[in-house]
Amino acid sequence: MILTVNHVTTYQYDAPMRSAVQSLRLFPSRFDGQRTVNWEVAVEGGVKGGSFRDGAGDRVEGWSVRGPVSEVTVAVAGQVETIDMAGVLRGHREVVSPFAYLRETTATWIDDALETLAQEAALGAEDALERAHRLSRAVAEAIVYKPGVTHAHTTAAEALALGEGVCQDHAHALIACARALEIPARYVSGYLFARDDGEPHEAAHAWAEIWVQGIGWIGFDAANECCPDGRYIRLGSGFDARDAAPIKGIALGTGEESLDVTVALESVQQ
Amino acid sequence: MSNFFNEMYDGGKVREPYARLEGWTRAMPAELRQMKQAEAEALFRRIGITFAVYGEGGDPDRLIPFDMFPRVFTQFEWRKLERGIKQRARALNAFLLDVYGRGEIVRAGKIPARLVYQNEAFERAVTGFVPPRGIYSHIVGIDLVRTGPDEFFVLEDNCRTPSGVSYMLENREIMMRMFPALFRESRIEPVDGYADALRRTLASVAPAKCDRDPTIAILTPGHFNSAYYEHSFLADLMGVELVEGADLFVEGGFVWMRTTEGPKKLDVIYRRIDDSFLDPLCFRPDSMLGVPGLMDVYRSGGVTITSAPGAGVADDKAIYTFVPEMIRFYLGEEPLLQNVPTWQCGKADDKKYVLEHLPELVVKEVHGSGGYGMLVGPKATKDQIEHFRLKIEEDPGNYIAQPTLALSTTPTFVEEGIAPRHVDLRPYCLVGENIELVPGGLTRVALTDGSLVVNSSQGGGVKDTWVLAE
Repeated sequence: MILTVNHVTTYQYDAPMRSAVQSLRLFPSRFDGQRTVNWEVAVEGGVKGGSFRDGAGDRVEGWSVRGPVSEVTVAVAGQVETIDMAGVLRGHREVVSPFAYLRETTATWIDDALETLAQEAALGAEDALERAHRLSRAVAEAIVYKPGVTHAHTTAAEALALGEGVCQDHAHALIACARALEIPARYVSGYLFARDDGEPHEAAHAWAEIWVQGIGWIGFDAANECCPDGRYIRLGSGFDARDAAPIKGIALGTGEESLDVTVALESVQQ
Repeated sequence: MSNFFNEMYDGGKVREPYARLEGWTRAMPAELRQMKQAEAEALFRRIGITFAVYGEGGDPDRLIPFDMFPRVFTQFEWRKLERGIKQRARALNAFLLDVYGRGEIVRAGKIPARLVYQNEAFERAVTGFVPPRGIYSHIVGIDLVRTGPDEFFVLEDNCRTPSGVSYMLENREIMMRMFPALFRESRIEPVDGYADALRRTLASVAPAKCDRDPTIAILTPGHFNSAYYEHSFLADLMGVELVEGADLFVEGGFVWMRTTEGPKKLDVIYRRIDDSFLDPLCFRPDSMLGVPGLMDVYRSGGVTITSAPGAGVADDKAIYTFVPEMIRFYLGEEPLLQNVPTWQCGKADDKKYVLEHLPELVVKEVHGSGGYGMLVGPKATKDQIEHFRLKIEEDPGNYIAQPTLALSTTPTFVEEGIAPRHVDLRPYCLVGENIELVPGGLTRVALTDGSLVVNSSQGGGVKDTWVLAE
């Protein structure tokens, strides 16, 4: 598939800020399932800083905006050709050891309920791959998709207790479950082309990757009960949502921040 | 007393390095000694050197007692130590470069993956990044103790920002001022080349993008920090700026320092703040001490940070056990300095042994420092021992245990005159284009009779450390 992305994030401040600095992880990953046709990232009125590929294979770019700043707009536009790899992150170059992803974070804290969910789901699984699929299914069943009930700081344990949540909560819960079984897992941010009626739509998305011995990293989208395919664009990864955030930013000053995001994905007719 | 090695007296005989000091103390009447001691204290107060050594906390305005009786090494003893310290510093840096890269030592099964990659000090954010010259730890403080004429043990490694070097320099300065004759009579290796060596080391790791004489600054958390004196002292000696996070900003892939003449590009930052406070975008989002965006500049090669973020993974007490293995693995050499045998309470067998032998052992927290959260078995009460037993049972992985070492003693001025007191040593090894070690270090002394704890927060003092020239 060829997917066209238009993703605009605007931060507004009710009082001018002294300056703003951002660290962007907004570039399509390089692996066998994705090829970037063209891609532009720009911060309006900003100065581009250092750019590098980190140990997890993600391209990161720093930006800064001189004050006074009352608005920061990050615009992403481009085209990516995707191939369905059934979630397997093949051909992705990275140096981080998968064992580094056994680390606990606040968002992926394992409580008794998550531990039990993981243990029960894994029972009777024949191999690592089946175990991963079962974990993903268990999380999908335990947390019903419902927007608006959780927030940015909801933890995996809280979402499971609630039994409802969005893709971020599914991903956190799946990471926690995998880690409960000492299987490395991580958070992935990206886009999902979810409608094929030709209309642009909200498409920022997140899922989890689980380390499967003998194969490597495999994506699992518990929110949609599937593995990422040609409709997915992978941007970057991390321990949890905060760590993998496509945009990390800070503005110095006393103003209050408000945020507006629009993500539009279209499939190009071939 | 007889079971401790006395560095000055071998039975009734004076050991060679201390030969001249024998006469010096004899010729010093009690009144003169008291006068000199008061003078030393006044000098320290005037300089304002009142801080705790490495992360010990405590009252920042408290003066650490200075003992005028120097601690002395022969050139021969020192050369041996120097080789061992440099070897260790090389191995620790090779380890850091490796674990942030391919992790060969883990793949080879020499160190458990868990100890490295799940270590709190392991920074995933710097994996795959190779700092200039591949060096992570530019100032390595290695804590040593001595138990016999030729027996030295490494107690711990400090790969992040070991402090206390200002004491090494000030102790010498004050001794020379008070006892100039001593320095005329003995040929003592100077330590005042440290600042130049440090500056040289920092300049040698400037990023590739720096095409001129590098601009260096020391990044301090501020004057409320217990080691602030040392930060400003070193900045002064090196002739570099002392800055706080708020003095810096990032733009265009570089770090800039605000000055009265406008922004100045910074090439090397000798940071004296912890990793987690360096950059709120990468680490603790609530940190106000660091510089937003600093890590992006660092990872894209626009600035060098010393010690490199992530260097702490080499110096925790669980990794320490494996340093001899690192030396063999990376350097293909046998360790010249010995480790203290260490039991990991996280291992079932070790834990069993430790719990059965608590009254004989020293128990430490894996991430602890400063002599806090530590049990000295032979000196502990029954209650303290039982308290530790519970703590170990609760979280075994957090504790290690070592035998109680018979730390050497050196003569020390005390109320009643001169008496042997236990000492340790922290030399400062600089790693840049060259590996350098000034001949000396910080000797800490346990001033309480019989005490084996030299930490300043636990009643320890400091001494001038001499290396005799040939």
